[in-house]
Amino acid sequence: MSLRNTMRPAVELTALDRRYLVKEAGRLLPLPARRRFLRGGITLGGLAMLTGCNVTDTKMAETLLMRISRFNDRVQGWLFDPARLAPTYPESMITRPFPFNAFYDMDKAPQVDAASFRLQVGGRVRQPGSWTLEQLASLPQQEQITRHICVEGWSAIGRWGGVPFSLFLQRVNADLSSKYVAFRCADDYYESIDMPTALHQQTILALTYDGQTLPPMYGFPMKLRMPTKLGYKNPKHIVEIVVTNDYPGGYWEDQGYNWFGGS
Amino acid sequence: MSTVMGSQTRPAAAQGGHGAVVQPMWVRVTHWVNALAAILMVMSGWRIYNATAFFDFRFPNSITLGGWLAGALQWHFAAMWLLFCNGLVYLVLNVATGRVQRRFLPLSVRALVADFTAALRGRLSHDDLTVYNAVQRAAYIGAVVLLVLLVLSGLVLWKSVQFPLLRTLLGGYEIARRVHFLAMCGLVLFFLVHVAMVIRVPRTLRLMILGR
Repeated sequence: MSLRNTMRPAVELTALDRRYLVKEAGRLLPLPARRRFLRGGITLGGLAMLTGCNVTDTKMAETLLMRISRFNDRVQGWLFDPARLAPTYPESMITRPFPFNAFYDMDKAPQVDAASFRLQVGGRVRQPGSWTLEQLASLPQQEQITRHICVEGWSAIGRWGGVPFSLFLQRVNADLSSKYVAFRCADDYYESIDMPTALHQQTILALTYDGQTLPPMYGFPMKLRMPTKLGYKNPKHIVEIVVTNDYPGGYWEDQGYNWFGGS
Repeated sequence: MSTVMGSQTRPAAAQGGHGAVVQPMWVRVTHWVNALAAILMVMSGWRIYNATAFFDFRFPNSITLGGWLAGALQWHFAAMWLLFCNGLVYLVLNVATGRVQRRFLPLSVRALVADFTAALRGRLSHDDLTVYNAVQRAAYIGAVVLLVLLVLSGLVLWKSVQFPLLRTLLGGYEIARRVHFLAMCGLVLFFLVHVAMVIRVPRTLRLMILGR
């Protein structure tokens, strides 16, 4: 993935030029602390300002931006309050029709056979194995009418019902001190979330939408619905769940989107 | 352009000549860091807006930053730290050094109307650069207010669940989006007028780089 700023002409800077320019920028600042912060944080930005050269399109910019994104993951983890609930809404406010959104067209949504479907559960759980849809439906269910916020900026209010995920994790005797829960999906999508969000009371393994079985276009056989995270973090068409301490990444995160993706 | 207000002669320092420092180092540094941060935020913000474009137009991609939505978001959530931390330093130092009282106050509607009409007639004096006229005071305070509004509405967009009080104050997620966009429009408008005025009185640019 390249970050292109087509507004400015590209100029080659040698490594020596860069170091000199950073030193010059540093010398203009009075406070050592601020100098350190600025040098670490906006080295490239400062260069861009001083030299008018295109430094936004370099490997250095990409690495720095990814590092800041991972830093933002930590900040978001710290900001996340497990006791804080996302707002809920009356039925009258449900967005109709609820939008379809995926990295493919609606007619390509995977068609999973309900009868033969098995949800695979593995990783750091004491009761790995498979679950049928009937077994999942027989667990306690919970409903919510919450706002789905897309990373593109738009939002829509929808109604989902399903198994509280923390309850499900307890049923499979998952190691709740693990860092991540990973999801593999029938449409080649994959996602992962942090354990605190997995245990949040509004995180549900959604089996229904608006009182009906979750249709293929909204993620049949199941979707992990989390109103505390952006839309792309809510995987649809889940076929496998793995509890792990190894960072599993995600379909969009591996292309540069933020991993925590919390709202 | 040399209408002098009052008949005293002013010392060289007051004219922003090669005398005492008119803009201290911390003002100049925070000013330019803010300029950079704001430009990064606005340009990446335009690309993010383009992903949904809730008004009937898009910004040309060539004037946006990031290359695509993921890139624009990375820039936006990186530069926000610069904008916020630098802004905090600026506000705290302004209050702590008493510069707010000296430079921005008092600001009366009467003075604002008088100076604004004088400006429209090309009669607003810039002989004494140690003093902000009423239009400047209003404009700079306005710019700060817009930036604060951008940060607050930005926090609602970023974390509408984790900042419930802010979310409620700003009318909820969807209204906060419009507030964020409109405040950006105000800031861009300020920027255009500000740059035009600096070009009009180039001594002010020297002042903001060298301080005197």
